Amino acid sequence: MTETLPVAGATANINLAGLSKNDYRGAPSTLCQGCGHNSISNQIVTALYEMNIVPENVVKFSGIGCSSKSPTYFLNRAFGFNSLHGRMPSIATGALFGDYTLKGVGVSGDGDSASIGMGQFKHVMRRNVNMVYIVENNGVYGLTKGQFSATADKGLKLKKQGENPYMPVDICMEALVSNATFVARSFAGNPKQVKELLKAALSHDGIALLDIISPCVTFNNQVNAYHSYTWGKDHEEPLHEISYIAPRNEIMLENEMAEGEVREVSMHDGSVVILKNLEKGYDPADRYAALRVMEEAQRNNWMLTGLLYLDTSKPNLTSIYNLVDTPLNRLTEADLRPAPDSIDRVNALMF
Amino acid sequence: MNKIINDFSITVGTVNGSGSSTANNTILRAIFKMGIPVSGKNLFPSNIQGLPTWYTIRANKDGFIAHNEQRDIVIAMNPNSFARDLASVTPGGAFYYADDIKQPITRADVAIYPMPVKTIVRNDPNVPSDYRDHVSNMVYVGILAQMIGIDIEKMYAALDFHFKKKQKPIDMNFNIIKAGAEWAKTNLEKKDSFYLEPMNKTDGLIMADGNMAGALGAIYGGVQFVGWYPITPATSLAESLNDYLPQLRKREDGKHTYAVVQAEDELAALGMSIGAGWSGLRAMTSTSGPGLSLMTEFAGLAYYAEVPVVIWDVQRIGPSTGLPTRTSQGDLTFTYFIGHGDSQSVILLPGDVYECFEFGWKSFDIAERIQTPVFVLSDLDMGMNQWISKPFKYPDTPMDRGKILLESDLEELKGNWGRYADTDGDGIGFRTFPGNKHPMSSYFTRGTGHDDHAKYSEEADVYLNNMDRLKRKHVTAKEYVPAPVLHAMKGATVGILAYGSTEAAILEAQHQLDKEYGIKTDFLRIRALPCTREVDAFLAKYDQIFIVEMNRDGQMAQILMTEYPQYAPNFKVVAYGDGMPASAKWVREGILAKYESRKAVGGKQKAAGNMKKAAKKVVAKKAAPAKKASAKKVTKKAVAGKTVKKAKRK
Repeated sequence: MTETLPVAGATANINLAGLSKNDYRGAPSTLCQGCGHNSISNQIVTALYEMNIVPENVVKFSGIGCSSKSPTYFLNRAFGFNSLHGRMPSIATGALFGDYTLKGVGVSGDGDSASIGMGQFKHVMRRNVNMVYIVENNGVYGLTKGQFSATADKGLKLKKQGENPYMPVDICMEALVSNATFVARSFAGNPKQVKELLKAALSHDGIALLDIISPCVTFNNQVNAYHSYTWGKDHEEPLHEISYIAPRNEIMLENEMAEGEVREVSMHDGSVVILKNLEKGYDPADRYAALRVMEEAQRNNWMLTGLLYLDTSKPNLTSIYNLVDTPLNRLTEADLRPAPDSIDRVNALMF
Repeated sequence: MNKIINDFSITVGTVNGSGSSTANNTILRAIFKMGIPVSGKNLFPSNIQGLPTWYTIRANKDGFIAHNEQRDIVIAMNPNSFARDLASVTPGGAFYYADDIKQPITRADVAIYPMPVKTIVRNDPNVPSDYRDHVSNMVYVGILAQMIGIDIEKMYAALDFHFKKKQKPIDMNFNIIKAGAEWAKTNLEKKDSFYLEPMNKTDGLIMADGNMAGALGAIYGGVQFVGWYPITPATSLAESLNDYLPQLRKREDGKHTYAVVQAEDELAALGMSIGAGWSGLRAMTSTSGPGLSLMTEFAGLAYYAEVPVVIWDVQRIGPSTGLPTRTSQGDLTFTYFIGHGDSQSVILLPGDVYECFEFGWKSFDIAERIQTPVFVLSDLDMGMNQWISKPFKYPDTPMDRGKILLESDLEELKGNWGRYADTDGDGIGFRTFPGNKHPMSSYFTRGTGHDDHAKYSEEADVYLNNMDRLKRKHVTAKEYVPAPVLHAMKGATVGILAYGSTEAAILEAQHQLDKEYGIKTDFLRIRALPCTREVDAFLAKYDQIFIVEMNRDGQMAQILMTEYPQYAPNFKVVAYGDGMPASAKWVREGILAKYESRKAVGGKQKAAGNMKKAAKKVVAKKAAPAKKASAKKVTKKAVAGKTVKKAKRK
């Protein structure tokens, strides 16, 4: 059952938390074969394992969409809440008040965060909720079978939608202008970078936005790419059109990218994405520089990857609220209900 | 002229934003401190400054203090509503007006009193010119005090309370009141019959609004998380939490056992609260109709994912923005079925400020016990107006956190448990929450189909099984929600059923129906949905049941018709929603319009006639004084409610 969730270099090794990698796994993925999201789930497992994080100290969150299904595919031993479309941020915000020692790991998509959930997305950034906020960004709605999302490129053509006439939303830019304290971008086909950025994000105290370009193998295709799809349908008579998805290989970088390197990567549909690693010596603490490089990347049509912005000086949300040392959800009646004699004082406060 | 003592209404017409609420509250509180049952209703527009606004005060020695249509004394401070205000005075009434308003006096059948408001304020050297507008309303307070006999020292007490003992504003306002009273003493001749005289009917009672009471109740319920978004008329509930949490949950280390977060919208307000409830906190939000609409999807999720959370809906009249500053009971059916697909809510229906406090804490116990959203439906009248109340009572039961498994419990169970497994047969599973370190503690919460172990499932039988269990849970809830309160009348032939803030109006109408029409009624005030067994028994008893509510279509009636189709032919819907608080007049007239005397024909009617005189006493004793009027009567009522509960539950 693990064939859709390959774990590179899995061994029976035990980490410093006394756990094996199996303790970090989830249910088998039901996403399409070759989906970039599976690779990300994989890297989440590896990052948490390598960081010796106890699964019970993590809480998983998601909204609705393909990406939002993925929290079931990693970390079975952690609590998880698959909430509403675009509303993961509010659920996570409230839930993490339950126990401030816990780390949130949220997985959302471009539709979930940049379209229906843009309002909550921006507010969870400015509140600096203590969680890793992953956007598995494929520029398309998968579960509803291929509509444009707000991050879809202008000019992108989809089978039933025609050509996208709008400029895309840049998730990292939105996070940065909303005062996020950690902003990074990566590419699902660059697992090493994904893992390293995940580790950095998990170490960050506050919101860590990770926009991961994760190609949709099925729906982010131009018309010509549907040939194989049609072919498949013709040869699998009893199958309903939407039930047959041609298996594809996941897009992976052949070798690691150097700092500052620009590289073209071919997608499933034959289109090309230009990845650019941040230059050596780039200072992620410089907010102005972050805005500048993002603007520059946009003009050059580059997908700029790496840690774009980091601010470790801001308190996270629960710290702002100056909570008691005991997690709130372990407090008892004695902590929570005012003493009986206080009721007379309260009544005396009334007229 | 015969004196009319402690039985009349005062209406003040002012400009919104002119500071009249301080003046009107001062009158209200002073009358309360004189021991006279009194109520105040702020009839204000959706506006910050400039539009006409009215405040009505009703004093009644018998405790009938529901809103009424009488305009015995009218005070006109607003040129824009002057003509309308003058026309509204009841014949034989009194009309006071600011004499800088130069408009024709068209009434000869009322006592007219011009008031030199501006002159009195200008003559006070201690009032800086930029404060003149702020205090000018105190002129009518002083004049009225002199003319109807309000003890001026009680006004001082009211100001002392209002300004939280800050001497400067107290003095400035009090001096104007005194100057007004002095002026009236020398210059006005009493030409009307309205007088106040001290009584002792408010001894031991307090005055508060329902939003503050609800917030205080929540604090005694151990509230830990509040996600909210401003909306009239619910805003002051969350603001009261902000006011009182620091005082009542103060710790030596200065740290907090709670968090109040103002969200970006109502969706996030409920989302955060559900997240917190799921995470093991006592979580709540407060809103009004439009906000509840936005919360609908989340409410459905919480119902299906079984997350405890408390949602206050301080109702205003809608749909859409409707009349945002007027009261209503228009969200009942919407709330009962909130969410898509099959859902049914647990709803608490406080009838007064005292119950707002009580349900404030009780709602958490019920939400955590049933593991579901619990809605508390208050309304603008209850939430924002000052009501007389018994003092708030400290919770008489320990907190009920419901079925929770901590690490030690899981150890005992050897990790063998299912989040949605109905091991007790009451439809309620055991839950764990994040932070639990047992390796078998976690489960995955979702709005999609799930089995007993919270695993994803689209299997038909698994879904059915789950929905049946949720239905069982709803039945279980009947054992935990508050029982109704019965106001019985000897020889009653018909029933009245209502809920919420209409109680005072119905008690008065009940009295009038008996006294003036010989119709004896039993009145059951429902305090929760789902209906408890007491409701079954009540509905089975009468062939005419008047269901009284403040909305257009009779929403409680609709619910009862589906829950009790066998009694539906006996239901008579008395529903009326114009944004005004309920009055005895519309209750009485609404009932009379649908009352069928033939149904009472036979022994019953004759008996009713014969007993008319004798029954009067019974009524006066049992039903007459409104709850807010007397602590003694309140106790009696509560006991009556309890008796029903006991008897039916045996």
